[in-house]
Amino acid sequence: MDAILLQILNGLDKGSAYAMIALGLTLIFGTLGVVNFAHGALFMLGAFCAVTINKLLTLQKIVLSDTEKTAWGTPLELRTPYAEAWFGDAGTWLIDWSVPVSIALALPFMFLVGLVMERGLIRHFYKRPHADQILVTFGLAIVLQEIIKAFFGANPIPQPAPDTLSGMADFGAAFGMEAGVIVYPLWRLVYFLFAAAVLGAVFCFLRFTTFGMVVRAGMADRETVGLLGINIDKRFTLMFGLAAVVAGLAGVMYTPILSPDYHLGMDFLVLSFVVVVVGGMGSLPGAVAAGFLLGILQSFASMNEVKQILPGIDQIIIYLVAVVILLTRPRGLLGRKGVMEA
Amino acid sequence: MNTKTSDTLLLIVFSIAVLAGPVILAPFGAGYPDLLQKFAIYGIFAIGFNILFGLTGYLSFGHAAFLGVGSYAAVWMFKLLSMNIIPAVIFSVIVAGLFSLVIGFISLRRSGIYFSILTLAFAQMCYNLAYSVLTPITNGETGLQITLSDPRILDAAAEGQAPASNLFGLDMISTWETSLAGMTLQFNMGFYVCALILILSFWISMRLFRSPFGMMLKAVKSNQNRMSYTGLDTKPYTLAAFVISGMFAGLAGGLLAAMDPLAGAERMQWTASGEVVLMTILGGAGTLLGPVLGAGLIKYFENIFSAINDSTLHGVFAFLPDGLNNAVSAVLGLFVGEGWHLTLGLIFMLIVTFLPGGLIEGAQRIGRLFTSRSKADPQSGEAQSRPAPAE
Amino acid sequence: MTPILEVQSVNKRFGGLKALDDVNLTVMEGTVHAIIGPNGAGKSTLLNCFVGRLVPDTGTVTFAGQSLIGKKPHEINQAGVSRVFQTPEIFEDLTVLENVMIPALAQRDGAFRLHGWHPLSREAEIRDKAERALADVAMADRRNMPSGSLSRGDKRRLEMAMCLVQEPRLLLLDEPTAGMARADTNATIDLLKRIGSERNITKVVIEHDMHVVFSLADRISVLAQGHVIVEDAPENIKGNAKVQEAYLGGAHL
Repeated sequence: MDAILLQILNGLDKGSAYAMIALGLTLIFGTLGVVNFAHGALFMLGAFCAVTINKLLTLQKIVLSDTEKTAWGTPLELRTPYAEAWFGDAGTWLIDWSVPVSIALALPFMFLVGLVMERGLIRHFYKRPHADQILVTFGLAIVLQEIIKAFFGANPIPQPAPDTLSGMADFGAAFGMEAGVIVYPLWRLVYFLFAAAVLGAVFCFLRFTTFGMVVRAGMADRETVGLLGINIDKRFTLMFGLAAVVAGLAGVMYTPILSPDYHLGMDFLVLSFVVVVVGGMGSLPGAVAAGFLLGILQSFASMNEVKQILPGIDQIIIYLVAVVILLTRPRGLLGRKGVMEA
Repeated sequence: MNTKTSDTLLLIVFSIAVLAGPVILAPFGAGYPDLLQKFAIYGIFAIGFNILFGLTGYLSFGHAAFLGVGSYAAVWMFKLLSMNIIPAVIFSVIVAGLFSLVIGFISLRRSGIYFSILTLAFAQMCYNLAYSVLTPITNGETGLQITLSDPRILDAAAEGQAPASNLFGLDMISTWETSLAGMTLQFNMGFYVCALILILSFWISMRLFRSPFGMMLKAVKSNQNRMSYTGLDTKPYTLAAFVISGMFAGLAGGLLAAMDPLAGAERMQWTASGEVVLMTILGGAGTLLGPVLGAGLIKYFENIFSAINDSTLHGVFAFLPDGLNNAVSAVLGLFVGEGWHLTLGLIFMLIVTFLPGGLIEGAQRIGRLFTSRSKADPQSGEAQSRPAPAE
Repeated sequence: MTPILEVQSVNKRFGGLKALDDVNLTVMEGTVHAIIGPNGAGKSTLLNCFVGRLVPDTGTVTFAGQSLIGKKPHEINQAGVSRVFQTPEIFEDLTVLENVMIPALAQRDGAFRLHGWHPLSREAEIRDKAERALADVAMADRRNMPSGSLSRGDKRRLEMAMCLVQEPRLLLLDEPTAGMARADTNATIDLLKRIGSERNITKVVIEHDMHVVFSLADRISVLAQGHVIVEDAPENIKGNAKVQEAYLGGAHL
């Protein structure tokens, strides 16, 4: 029982990331009818927003000490980050909280990236075959990741979680079990809560605003909504921005869990597509449910007990699930009829 | 000129161009065996991929898996049977054929993007398993290599170092060098084996394109609904195309191993599958010559671009003032060397956006600008891919 | 005259909607049988049950003595049933001639044949046959055009040639003149009449245009709310009270 609970918890953080990426993919697919292979790259860009902020905050001011000397007799170099030099304690706090602080950059930046992508490239592909959309966005993904590689190098860059949130939480104890049975990194819990908040916000936005209502109507029947004289294209462009923001935020907050490198996006993209397919192309709740489901399944598959019976299962479980779902329920778990069945 | 004559001509010109590769490409710095072999091998891979994607329109994102499987199969033949490449290559085609039969049978139950994702999922499974539990067969991250102590039941015991792959005693690595106009020409045994197989592959694909079977595959791409109401079962047609293209991929993988007897899982990664898609699109999907052209160009630029480094750039722009030289070199440096993939991605986007028919289509467009055949000749648009049956 | 297509107590439900309600129908060999009825009467659903796109919930569909239930579309076509769609379904990426060669090959070689080594240019017989079919619909001069660039009317004629080249025993036509100008409609009527007399092909026509129906049909079935209300010769249909009721006073108006 404890082990099962632990595995579910372990699956939540990955599942949260899958869910957020898959939600964006589905939004884009549902509204614009575009299969976006560059969506993983947006996740990666988000992660590198955090890296950038951290780098900026920790830029160091070097002062030669008047009094202290090194062993060689030269003046000792005193290194202080500019942030601390200028803002004092607030600066220290900023550095410590650099990952959550990065959201402030990621929000406008990712939105802008989304808009530019949609206006500059994707919109020329609405009427083109899905194969072309896949191919051009695949090309874009390569370009984005190579740009990141050129600036940040090929190695993963670890990002620390804020001190207060980087410890472990003893879940078992909190729920009256024995202490030390279910210990869970606090940041992963934060990530899950963050994901829940983001996903909740997106659903509320779609559910309770006029804008969201129009978008949902457009997803169901684009032509009719267009006939009503509503400028659906403009709204769909904004949806692309929103999807980019969701993916970016997912990336920012994921950095303390997995040190980002340039091909982070590609790794997550394949899995996220599988998630979208399992959830059902065009179904937002399906994408979210499948994200968590697959995250948890993956963590179960990596238990030693399971691996002993089915060696290698942890490596292929997600793909296997995708194959089975596609063959038995081609519309995915919650998919609508007629989406991409051509 | 009727189709048959023009096809024969195309085949002859193609063969001459391929066989003269070491001479033609030497001035471009591409006349050395390693690169020439890659041209031929990836040409074969792309020809095979084109039979599936170019004709039926089914976009497989997992074809690298068959290439990888072919490589493993070939290396195992080298280890167990003989260093002669014939059994190795045959075995790699068979194994890749079986893999593609199973994967194709399942994946082809869906079409469109679902098919792409199914093939991608299978390829990723192969890749992940090759790295993990299948290590006894694949030797994991190190990659499968031949060793001195391998049984090789048909060969005499080797001594000293692991033997080289050969064709009835002719070593793949043996190269005859001569010089012409100051260039060194290298005629490599391995390249000529690959070249002959490339010509054979090209001929096979030409026959397929011009056959009723090829026309049925184009019909699959065009309208599956009409096909079934016309009394045709689309499934065996697409499966046949899938298996044929999988076997070509296996052949390419086997040849890669035959030229250099090792196999690693990275050959199966999905970015490798993306690369063959790219080659096909760049040259022109659905055309005969396009995929070979695309494969050659990408491999060429990969080699040339990734060899350029900062000091080369500084050397080239030495005539500029220092500051400007540094700036230009820094910008261009993004696109060469390690940054070659950036260039590749950009080319890819440009081609898909502006020239979805690939370079062959581009050449035809330019050709049409210069010819006065402004009257609508329905064939001219696709003369490469599909001339009308002979009158 | 022998029956070639027999439909017995066919039912089909979509959720709560009863699309076909105990349909019985017999089509005699060599005749033109029209199925008419108001919108939503179930005409297309019935046609889809003939070609394997839909499977009836209950009942039997027998073609020339063999059951069509559960057969795939391509099997039904191979048995001798061809279909013209309401919106022309052709191979838009191929030339006009290739469009007609494909069904000709399908008829000769069956549902699948791996004839990948044999040049298409040696298929002189198939080619001649396809050209004759194109000549029948007066499109021989367009044989090398990409079919995607044809006008809608030409696409429909091409589709008809694609069906005729197979020499089907039964030809199903789903509103063959929908959206056509009167002159084209008349040309199509002439074409269908001509094919009928020359080749003894049985035809089932779904049609809204009464001019077409009464010019072609030997027998008419009137479908309303998923049920065959009348089946009779054209001259008796015109004055039939039930038919007028279905069209004018029916629940759908």
